[in-house]
Amino acid sequence: MGVAPAARDVTSYGMGLAAPLALFFLVFFVAPLLQLFWLSLHNDTAGLHWGLGQYLHFLTDPFSLGVLGSTLLLGAEVTAVCLVLGFPIAWLYQRVGPKLQTIIILIVLLPLLTSVVVRTFAWIVILGRQGIINATLQSLGIIDTPLKLLYTQFGVVIALAQVQMPLMTLPLITALGRIDPNLDDASCSLGAGSWRTFFRIVLPLSLPGIIAGCTLTYAAAITAFITQSLVGGGQMLFMPMYLYQQASTLQNWPFAAAISIIFLLAVLAVVSVFTTLGRMSRGYGGAG
Amino acid sequence: MSGRKRTLEAISFELVMTVIAVIALVIIIAPSLVVLIVSFTSGFSLRFPPPGYSLRWYVELWNAWQLHFAAKNSLIVALWATGLSVGLGVAAALAISRSRALSARLLDSLFMSPLVLPALAFGLAALMLFSLVGLPVSPLTLVIGHTVVCVPYVVRNTVAALAQLEPTLLESSAVLGASRLYTFRRIVLPLIRPGIIAGAFIAFMSSFDNVPVSLFLRDAATDMLPIRMWQDLEGKLDVTIAALSGVLIIATVALVAIMERVTGLSRRLTN
Repeated sequence: MGVAPAARDVTSYGMGLAAPLALFFLVFFVAPLLQLFWLSLHNDTAGLHWGLGQYLHFLTDPFSLGVLGSTLLLGAEVTAVCLVLGFPIAWLYQRVGPKLQTIIILIVLLPLLTSVVVRTFAWIVILGRQGIINATLQSLGIIDTPLKLLYTQFGVVIALAQVQMPLMTLPLITALGRIDPNLDDASCSLGAGSWRTFFRIVLPLSLPGIIAGCTLTYAAAITAFITQSLVGGGQMLFMPMYLYQQASTLQNWPFAAAISIIFLLAVLAVVSVFTTLGRMSRGYGGAG
Repeated sequence: MSGRKRTLEAISFELVMTVIAVIALVIIIAPSLVVLIVSFTSGFSLRFPPPGYSLRWYVELWNAWQLHFAAKNSLIVALWATGLSVGLGVAAALAISRSRALSARLLDSLFMSPLVLPALAFGLAALMLFSLVGLPVSPLTLVIGHTVVCVPYVVRNTVAALAQLEPTLLESSAVLGASRLYTFRRIVLPLIRPGIIAGAFIAFMSSFDNVPVSLFLRDAATDMLPIRMWQDLEGKLDVTIAALSGVLIIATVALVAIMERVTGLSRRLTN
């Protein structure tokens, strides 16, 4: 007489439970993206004539290529600033007691959960003609006329870096927490200085966290529509706003669809480069 | 001699790292503080420091019915999207969390992909599909669109909570004769509840703050708060928006404090 089917694993649940969400994604996520792709392969706005016209238009138009290039560059700049500023935060986090750790985490976390319009609005107040930076510099007598900070590349990069900083810092804190502290001591007692230990031991071992953070920061920075348009102003055009203008203002849906697909592919390419680097570094870092 | 040299070297390293870290933390926190202070200005501009302090812009906010309308819409959509995300997301997380099958990993990548793909492209795609099938933009289309971009947070946090669950607990429960449903209700659910709540909280906040999807899926009748604020800011730098920002910042701080108590949010996001 068989006891109940012994092979039945009580610790896992059937894949059937994933069916509702899988179906939901199929209908409302995969299907729209496929339709977007389908429409991008049409030369006319009505979607009657097949062709690669939209892609040819984008790829032969210096203006469009310029927008794509400046968007990808913007992402790289923001990611670099986030890494340089975010790493020391993660480092400091591992050095302080539990009380301060919670405070640091909450400081890092708050902007992530505060409305992005609010965060961007703050930078308008700070960078504007009457903003804090100009007011301070003027009252100190360093400048006579206000500097132009808003609507500049510098302004967009610094505002985006602040907005996306949590996405970089949180994975770094996780990665640094997994490094065996004895390695640090061993390196120092073998005669390596703090700087050398940092660049030869800590930095390579935290590569998985660095790559995870860079992926999230980059992907978020190049799609940050609100911050790009409010701090960048009308003179600077990046891919999200370009897409929105073509779709909404000009009602040129096939071209907007082609822009979306090109943008999607660009993001996927960057993410897969980071993922490949991550896989390679995993053997190195050992902290998957 | 060499000991002294090493100390100087160590001090220079710690000094540089600490200084950069403190500067970075100030950069992170300063904008919110600046907005809070400016929102209490008595003047008409966003000058900092303000010429004087008053609550006039908060009074103004009390009468800004357009913002109230948008806030109500955003709240309703966020609540529905969060509910739907929890229902679909927790079930999916249970299915894929302990499975090593290829299908489970593929589904996991699919469910996570809205986090990295440009949401604006998805918003446009969703609008195209809805207009193709003849579904006009409405609160329903907004809830559907928001659920797609919010469900990854629920899935991720629930999977993480399930991963920390001891499988032996489930086996002991089964050995002692408990049914699977009973084990789920009495053992699994209580243990993963903080993870689900944390995921739901982040999903709610990201829906309430969503711009790229709402941009395409709303119309004048379903105005959403972040978009109303964005359009107000494009036109003119309104101090009422500073007061609203003040309200949102304080609400966020309060909610994060509650969530920290209930779910240990900060540890959850760094593990």
